[in-house]
Amino acid sequence: MSNVGIVIVSHSPDVAKGAADMVRQMVGQGIPLAWTGGNPGGGLGTSVEGILGAIDAAWSDAGVAILVDMGGAETNSEMAIEMLEPARQGKVVICNAPVVEGAVMAATEAWSGSDLATVKRTAEELNHDLD
Amino acid sequence: MADGQVLLMHAAGLHARPVVTLTKLAKTFASRIHIAADAEGPWVDAKSVVRVMSMRTPANKQLYFRAEGADADAAVAALVTLVNNDFLGGPE
Repeated sequence: MSNVGIVIVSHSPDVAKGAADMVRQMVGQGIPLAWTGGNPGGGLGTSVEGILGAIDAAWSDAGVAILVDMGGAETNSEMAIEMLEPARQGKVVICNAPVVEGAVMAATEAWSGSDLATVKRTAEELNHDLD
Repeated sequence: MADGQVLLMHAAGLHARPVVTLTKLAKTFASRIHIAADAEGPWVDAKSVVRVMSMRTPANKQLYFRAEGADADAAVAALVTLVNNDFLGGPE
């Protein structure tokens, strides 16, 4: 059984790497995980190429859930998904959730073997009133 | 149906890392499992990181578990043991 992979996209490579470190330390090694952030010049930014690389690195036949911080991270992630071959497009989703907390929630759900829709829903529970 | 309770000794209370560890363990069981910090509830889904974290349980509170399902007894026993072991020895 393969677990859903998690991709973390932030404008800051430090944020992306730090969030990924939190996931590894809190949830463990049981899930594919990759992060990307920053532009080639060392500044803040995100790139479609970087996101595609991270999707490849975290690829799972169960799919990949992407957590993004804001703005370009989301639009570039959408563009990256559109550039995937059709067979993989339907297996990659962007979660509407805060990047750090969402990554931990999504990874915990993925760790237990849940499907992609459940992983996305769990990350997005953060947005909902829990009562 | 099984239930159990245990005193939460972990100094920082039920904070992020212990919650993830507890939730992961709960998810290894098929039973429906609920947790509460009071015998009267409110009961929350022990498999939900968001919900368990939102309990904001401080140290020295009694934790209550109840489970329904084929492996309910094993689930409650494992969760009580995890809390007793200061959240060490959970699933990797």
